[in-house]
Amino acid sequence: MEFINEAKTLFKDNIRDYGMYIALFVIMLTFTIMTDGLFMSSRNISNLLDSTGYIAVLAVGMTLVIVIRHIDLSVGFVAGFLGAIAAILLTGMGVPFYITIPIILVLGIFVGLFNGLLVAKFGIPSFVATLAGMLIFRGALLQVTEKTGTIIVKDDGFNAIGNGFIPSIVQVNGLHLLTLILGVLAILLYIYSEISTRKNKINYQFEVVSKGIFIVKLVFVSAIISYITWILAGYNGFSWTVVIMLLVVVIYHFLTTKTVLGRHIYAVGSNPEAAHLSGINVNKITYIVFGSMGMLAALSGILFTSRLQSATTTAGTLFELDAIAAAYVGGVSSAGGVGKITGAIIGAVVMASLSSGMNLLGVGVSLQYMIRGGVLAGAVIFDVMTRKKRG
Amino acid sequence: MSENILEMHGISKEFTGVKALSNVNFKVKKGEIHCLIGENGAGKSTLMKALSGVYPYGTYEGDIVFEGSVQQFNKISDSVKAGIVIIYQELALFPDLTVYENIFAGNEIKQGGIVDWNRTIAEAKKMLDKVKLDVNPETLVKDLSVGKQQLVEIAKALSKDVKLLILDEPTAALNEDDSENLLDLLGELKEQGITCIMISHKLKEVISIADKATVLRDGQTICTLDAAKGEISENVIIKNMVGREIEDIYPKRPNKTFGDPVLELRSWSAYAVHLGRQVVKDVNFHVKKGEIVGVAGLMGSGRTELALSIFGNPKFYKLQGELLVDGVPKTLKHPSDAIRSGIAYVTEDRKGDGLFLIQDIKNNISAANLKRVAVNGVINDNEEVKETTEYKKSMYIKASSLEQAVGNLSGGNQQKVSLGKWLFVGPKLLILDEPTRGIDVGAKFEIYTIMNQLIEEGMSIIMISSELGEVLGMSDRVYVMAEGEIKGELSIEEANQESIMQLATQ
Repeated sequence: MEFINEAKTLFKDNIRDYGMYIALFVIMLTFTIMTDGLFMSSRNISNLLDSTGYIAVLAVGMTLVIVIRHIDLSVGFVAGFLGAIAAILLTGMGVPFYITIPIILVLGIFVGLFNGLLVAKFGIPSFVATLAGMLIFRGALLQVTEKTGTIIVKDDGFNAIGNGFIPSIVQVNGLHLLTLILGVLAILLYIYSEISTRKNKINYQFEVVSKGIFIVKLVFVSAIISYITWILAGYNGFSWTVVIMLLVVVIYHFLTTKTVLGRHIYAVGSNPEAAHLSGINVNKITYIVFGSMGMLAALSGILFTSRLQSATTTAGTLFELDAIAAAYVGGVSSAGGVGKITGAIIGAVVMASLSSGMNLLGVGVSLQYMIRGGVLAGAVIFDVMTRKKRG
Repeated sequence: MSENILEMHGISKEFTGVKALSNVNFKVKKGEIHCLIGENGAGKSTLMKALSGVYPYGTYEGDIVFEGSVQQFNKISDSVKAGIVIIYQELALFPDLTVYENIFAGNEIKQGGIVDWNRTIAEAKKMLDKVKLDVNPETLVKDLSVGKQQLVEIAKALSKDVKLLILDEPTAALNEDDSENLLDLLGELKEQGITCIMISHKLKEVISIADKATVLRDGQTICTLDAAKGEISENVIIKNMVGREIEDIYPKRPNKTFGDPVLELRSWSAYAVHLGRQVVKDVNFHVKKGEIVGVAGLMGSGRTELALSIFGNPKFYKLQGELLVDGVPKTLKHPSDAIRSGIAYVTEDRKGDGLFLIQDIKNNISAANLKRVAVNGVINDNEEVKETTEYKKSMYIKASSLEQAVGNLSGGNQQKVSLGKWLFVGPKLLILDEPTRGIDVGAKFEIYTIMNQLIEEGMSIIMISSELGEVLGMSDRVYVMAEGEIKGELSIEEANQESIMQLATQ
């Protein structure tokens, strides 16, 4: 009885955080049933995650931009443009991919810092500053692809980022061994970190959840990780895109939840004046957040170009709006100071699942847009309502 | 009909447990200029808000009788319809609209739903003539001086057929010429039969213009003075304003020993570029180790601006003069510089620029000094919880848990979090700006006790306060500010309510 009561209060207190996961679960379950299990097939999930990659990394950066009460509309065409530059470096100039990628990422940081400069130094509203950036980079993309049209990338190393999978070592019963090993390692790492956190808290004599709930949580999360691993192992294993996506999420999650920098970002978002008076350099935070956004836009461009194995003249169109939608579905608030990295990634997966599921069902594009719009509005309504209840 | 245009009978108003007005009686005769006087927080504004319908009928007790009949104003427009117009200290004009648009804003001259601009301009000219303001009605309001903007406000009131005009500290932001013009104009409006209530802190003005003066103190009517009977004089007013004995809510410090100056300002001036005026003028100031220095003065006297100019200049004033910390000249360009030099500033507006309301108590307390609980930029969560919990306890912050959002706490507890945030930094000089504004007596006492503890631990405190009782009860020395200048420095023996008020209302 006590166990159930504790579970109930935990659930009530965290309904906002769990809401997204539940929504994702419901969406996936619905599609799985409607497609007779096709949705949850190894191949589909693998494809779904790969096609989420370039939006997901944008959504991560966009979440932080929105947390500090700004917006970045330029990221779509920045991704498109930098993707084209990558293609030119690789094909036209024969620069190897392991040098191209860092160059592109650094260029992305510079673009982001320039946006930050317009916003922080000149006080231009970010909506306008980045709208200008959007137009400029759209033009720049057309300019560099004008003569050649679509640039085909033939560099196998580069193309593997968007299409390749981590090596398997050996296949065991048709399953991808390295993927399985990584999955097991992830579970072990997760359990170890949870237990050591709990121990630490007990050492400090802080309250912790009861042992029962703790074990249920461990088993539950481990089960989810193993299920996903198992599904992916059944196809080609972890793709490089998924690996990169996970890396971005882990790094950004750590930065935002565990570091002084992360705390300062949220402080600036929840009250810029108070942050300034607390000795936080608000301009510096603005530069960092826009710089990181630029870098992730470059990464998005790399992922997209590599996935298509070419740079097109229209690459990046509407990426920014998909990223913003994913961030809002993930629970970010335009009033500032609220929004999680894990939320952004779940938001991106929710939106991608909707597209993927509806494609499998043969739903027309017109209806797809409307449904995705409805889900976006619904997610934000849910968010606002639960926040009101608590506040 | 009685000759009183306005009678307020037994008005009481309570804000969640705090009595702002209790049984106030206030009568204004037709055609007189009646001044309403009292310390900050005495209840003047609350009374006027009840009168104008900001607090709707039924949220206060008592009756408002205007022109012989009991009024039930539910919103501001009701009182305007009856002929009562308030002009607030913070002008309610649209700076980017023209003078004529402002005068008729919300009261447009229409013909079949379409604004008749030609007639509007013509009418606006008439109103401007009435207030003797010689400007083109098509000028943008933001291009006018504050004094002229005030006149536009009055013109706007006249356009609504005002019978009772209420002015809330109309001359607070004006220079002497503009103030004189305004007072002359009020005299003329009186000739035209318009009754006027003026809230003012400047006693000289009151003496020169008032027919009657009513003094409020602690939400009660103390007396109504009549100029015709020669009752209005500075001494009488001040006595009635401050009359109360200091209650015993100020804990005493046993041993007072002062060290060397922690902070010193020499010929310190600050020019606010966005306001286009000098907010701090040629200030010489010092605080010794172990001392509580009170900074008294009325609102808008430059006290907060002085504090901000010391605390890393977040409003980007143009500064002049010398600032010494522990005898060493310093240039503090950002609040973080000030924090590094051991200065902390607890803002007067805790909700506006003090706290992160959506974040929890823990994050607020640690916000200004996260390095204390971090190694190489990574926060040790447990250490943070442990240390902030100690502050929550030692400052008697009442909350369900450390994870409670600060926005949900009471004012007193919010103030303690705001203070706790700065104690977490471990400063040697603490600047407190209105440390007990809007909080109850119990929480006040707790904050005073904490202040004394901090002094015992070797800290120094600058306390900016509008509450004279607090200044006298807690300070070791008092500076009085007005118009950005230090008008006087008083030892605690010399300081009393009269001497401070005299300096502050110069």
